[in-house]
Amino acid sequence: MSGVAPGTRAEVRASRRRLVADGLGIAVSTGAFGLVYGLAARQAGFSLLAAMAASVVVLAGASQFAAVGMVAQGVPWIAILPLTAMLNARHLLYSAALGPWLRDRPGIQRVAMAHVLTDETFALSLPHFRRIGRADGPGYWLASSFVVGPWIVATGLGYLASGAVPDPTRIGLDIVFPAAMGGLAVALVSQRRELVAAVVAAGLAVGVSLVSDPAVGIVVGGVVGPLVALAVPPGRDARPLGGSPGSLGGSPGSGPPRAGEDPTIGVAL
Amino acid sequence: MRLDLVLLAALMAAVTYPSRAVPLLAPGLERLPPRAFAYLRLVGPGALAALAAVNVAVVTDAARHGSLHVGVEWLAVGACLAVVALRRNLFLGLCLAVAIAAGSRALGLA
Repeated sequence: MSGVAPGTRAEVRASRRRLVADGLGIAVSTGAFGLVYGLAARQAGFSLLAAMAASVVVLAGASQFAAVGMVAQGVPWIAILPLTAMLNARHLLYSAALGPWLRDRPGIQRVAMAHVLTDETFALSLPHFRRIGRADGPGYWLASSFVVGPWIVATGLGYLASGAVPDPTRIGLDIVFPAAMGGLAVALVSQRRELVAAVVAAGLAVGVSLVSDPAVGIVVGGVVGPLVALAVPPGRDARPLGGSPGSLGGSPGSGPPRAGEDPTIGVAL
Repeated sequence: MRLDLVLLAALMAAVTYPSRAVPLLAPGLERLPPRAFAYLRLVGPGALAALAAVNVAVVTDAARHGSLHVGVEWLAVGACLAVVALRRNLFLGLCLAVAIAAGSRALGLA
């Protein structure tokens, strides 16, 4: 991409192929942890229907694991629900960041898109949008499919397979999630500000997590890191981490479309 | 087997969905000032970096108290980040990270 022109069909296809390549590892990891979740839910006394229902309607692994643990310990629901809300509050940031890109989608479509907005969907779709300079509905659904399908299917398999479920940590699959999130953050860094946002957010998140809850740390880091970065002069594009045609991160300056501008044209912010 | 937990799942979904949907469905998003758009552009790298850092550097106990964790996971994730930065290939980075983590554990180094 040139940095301002919207992606051509060939560029969109190339970017979707990149999305698929990035999503494969995430799908494997998601499937492995879905198996473990299904097993844990069974051991906590969930019915197959309840375990599957959670994976379909909640679709948020960390809070589902936390809920299983608390149900097993007899914690009342009134305590589980606020923790669920807190653990999933980070989705507010994802939704706000994707909002400008998806604002021209029909409302009913955005209602459905919101349901499948997970860490991974965000991490895969945002670089894709930035690579092509505009939103791509099919690309968004493709990104979400790497999480939704494996998570739900693996929940059922893990529940039914019971003792046959391997421990993902033994084969190193527990590392895929943080490595993928970090790698996709690196791919989004094309300017000094983005680098500052990532570094400050990571440091703050860890610091706050050590004195509070990790869920609070992630939200504080995700909110304050970009705020600190706004105080930094944008600087010139740092192309080595930025984007060339079909690259992982996206072209520098290809932010979400703004008011009054053609949504098919990527706009530098 | 507890079928009542289906209701718990529904309630969990009810408290989760608003955080996913409200900004996405809010009217007037296109009227935000440029500064707000600049901020939102920075949320991607910030939020993902925060998520990765906490996942690799903080472990929690049953009461969700966090403590600092230093281990081979740092090396594995660092290697993945280096591959992405230098080769722009996430899949290769993930394979390397998994190999480092699994290999270190198999050898009893982690």
